Amino acid sequence: MKIVVCMKRVVDTETRVKIAPDGRSIDLGGVQFITAPYDEMAVEKAIQLRDAAGSGEVVVVTVGPEAATKELRTALAMGADRALHVVDESARDASSTAAALAAAIEGVGADMVLCGKQATDDDDAAVGPMLAARLGLPCVAFVDGLDVDGGTAKARREIDGEVEHLSVTLPAVFTAQKGLAEARYPGLKGIMAAKKKPLENVAPADAPSLVETTSLELPPARGAMVAIEPTAAGMQQLLTALRNDKKVI
Amino acid sequence: MSNDVLLHVESAHGALKKSALEIATAGRRVADQLGGQLVALVAGSGVDTAPLAAHGVDKVLTVEGAAFDRYTLEAHGAALLAAAEQVAPRAVLLAASVAGKELGAWAAARLDRGLVADAIEVHADGEALVAHKPKYAGKAHATLRVAGPAVVSVRPNAIAPEANAKAGERVALSVTAPEARIRVESVEAPGTKQIELTEADAIVSGGRGMGGPESWNLILDLAEVLGAAHGASRAVCDAGWRPHAEQVGQTGKTVSPKLYIACGISGAIQHLAGMSSSKVIVAVNKDPEAPIFKVSDYGIVGDVHQVLPLLTDAARTFLA
Ligand SMILES: Cc1cc2nc3c(=O)[nH]c(=O)nc-3n(C[C@H](O)[C@H](O)[C@H](O)COP(=O)(O)OP(=O)(O)OC[C@H]3O[C@@H](n4cnc5c(N)ncnc54)[C@H](O)[C@@H]3O)c2cc1C
Ligand SMILES: Nc1ncnc2c1ncn2[C@@H]1O[C@H](COP(=O)(O)O)[C@@H](O)[C@H]1O
Repeated sequence: MKIVVCMKRVVDTETRVKIAPDGRSIDLGGVQFITAPYDEMAVEKAIQLRDAAGSGEVVVVTVGPEAATKELRTALAMGADRALHVVDESARDASSTAAALAAAIEGVGADMVLCGKQATDDDDAAVGPMLAARLGLPCVAFVDGLDVDGGTAKARREIDGEVEHLSVTLPAVFTAQKGLAEARYPGLKGIMAAKKKPLENVAPADAPSLVETTSLELPPARGAMVAIEPTAAGMQQLLTALRNDKKVI
Repeated sequence: MSNDVLLHVESAHGALKKSALEIATAGRRVADQLGGQLVALVAGSGVDTAPLAAHGVDKVLTVEGAAFDRYTLEAHGAALLAAAEQVAPRAVLLAASVAGKELGAWAAARLDRGLVADAIEVHADGEALVAHKPKYAGKAHATLRVAGPAVVSVRPNAIAPEANAKAGERVALSVTAPEARIRVESVEAPGTKQIELTEADAIVSGGRGMGGPESWNLILDLAEVLGAAHGASRAVCDAGWRPHAEQVGQTGKTVSPKLYIACGISGAIQHLAGMSSSKVIVAVNKDPEAPIFKVSDYGIVGDVHQVLPLLTDAARTFLA
């Protein structure tokens, strides 16, 4: 079972966003970075599937700055076997990222490619299906259950309030939804072992971004809060306001 | 390339999804700005397409056959590529649903088009497409520009449908579904008639302040009276009080209903990330300093066990 996991270094979910002076990106001063939460779930699931198969390899790959080595090492400490780092400082759109990832993993010969459902910065939920299109592989996005049975994967996902059970011919691409796996904390032994695991730098493929970010702003501020008494009369006042002032009920 | 706009429309059991009219409305606007036609692709048998004509669609391409009745990326992908080849649209619009996000991204890569995912507004500027979308889970809003051909998925509930009668003439498109590598083995319908969180007009959500799963009837009762969906914080899902599928927030669902009622939820930044674009936010919390009140339009300081029954009763009479 050879599984590639695509993981992105993103700003911590705790970050209070400030807009940078260029008006098109966020101010990274003092910001902490993490592996995107869904990508961590994908790494965990890959490790579990490899261990269940009893053999194989988990290859983690990122397109990102030099500093993203830290997140790759964390994935190795969790139990991934090796890492590919497409070293790239530029801001790419989803198309360009997918092209760079496809070039980096084409030669790996993966039975399965796992992505997170979305990177928690751009929130596109796009790179997984785009990668599948580029690699010519089937894709199921937003899976919260995944098992392998020979050359077939069994996937589960929620779609339109229904639950779908799919069987998919491998190799294939899946993206991880909450519920797929809970990422483990790497132990000391894992951290020590990770230092010796292979981490290979790869030159980025030349792929243009097709979408330009022309501005980034804070969302419009909300008006002042109206305090409502926790009484029957208060509830009446609230319902009246929701109907007459806000027109939402 | 034409100046036309192509929609991928979703349907279930012969009926259009609510999102179909939202993207038709957005698409009509863009087509008028570009000076092109609005064409809708409807893959699936026996779908009533009259509402599309009533909402600005000039032409409907229908793809029928059992392979298309339930969405799969392979079948609907083949239909979308065939329609895109015929129409050569400047823009393709889809709903930013599970299917629409998956299909939109896949098609953008296959057609080598720029993608804006989960847009809340879209318009044409000359030949370019300009769209707004939340990033960082709604903590910032980006304006994006696609100079070349584009694919845009539009967030459910972001655009209000507008009536605009057009011909909406139906033309059959013949598409052969590729050999399936993805097979739907079974589908579980939801046990209760739960309204889909991401499409709901109103949501009642509960947090750790509810005290335990045994209090959830307070959430469910209020949701039922309001015709609302129900959600939960991560603390609640992690504790196993409610299924993961109900989690709202950065690692759960992003929702933008007209009304969001947060009950016993502190308002951690990751929770706000998933719901702060709701039109009106009401919070019930016993702590007057809870951060949820900073983003609320209406705040009730009080115990959920007392406030929710009062609100449910009042709403039952008010809405009767
Ligand atoms: C990477 C990451 C991702 C995350 N993603 C999410 C996410 O997607 N969604 C999410 O929700 N969280 C997420 N979190 C967790 C988040 O940080 C909070 O821990 C969580 O939202 C807290 O849930 P809560 O508000 O229910 O609980 P608490 O923070 O414990 O708040 C409970 C609230 O209830 C009030 N209360 C208590 N008793 C009563 C009563 N009887 N009546 C009225 N009010 C009462 C309290 O005053 C308090 O404000 C994430 C965290 C991380 C690190
Ligand atoms: N720069 C990147 N490097 C590696 N994987 C990425 C990168 N960007 C996105 N991905 C993967 O694609 C998923 C979806 O990202 P996005 O389309 O940006 O929301 C992420 O959860 C990752 O698994």
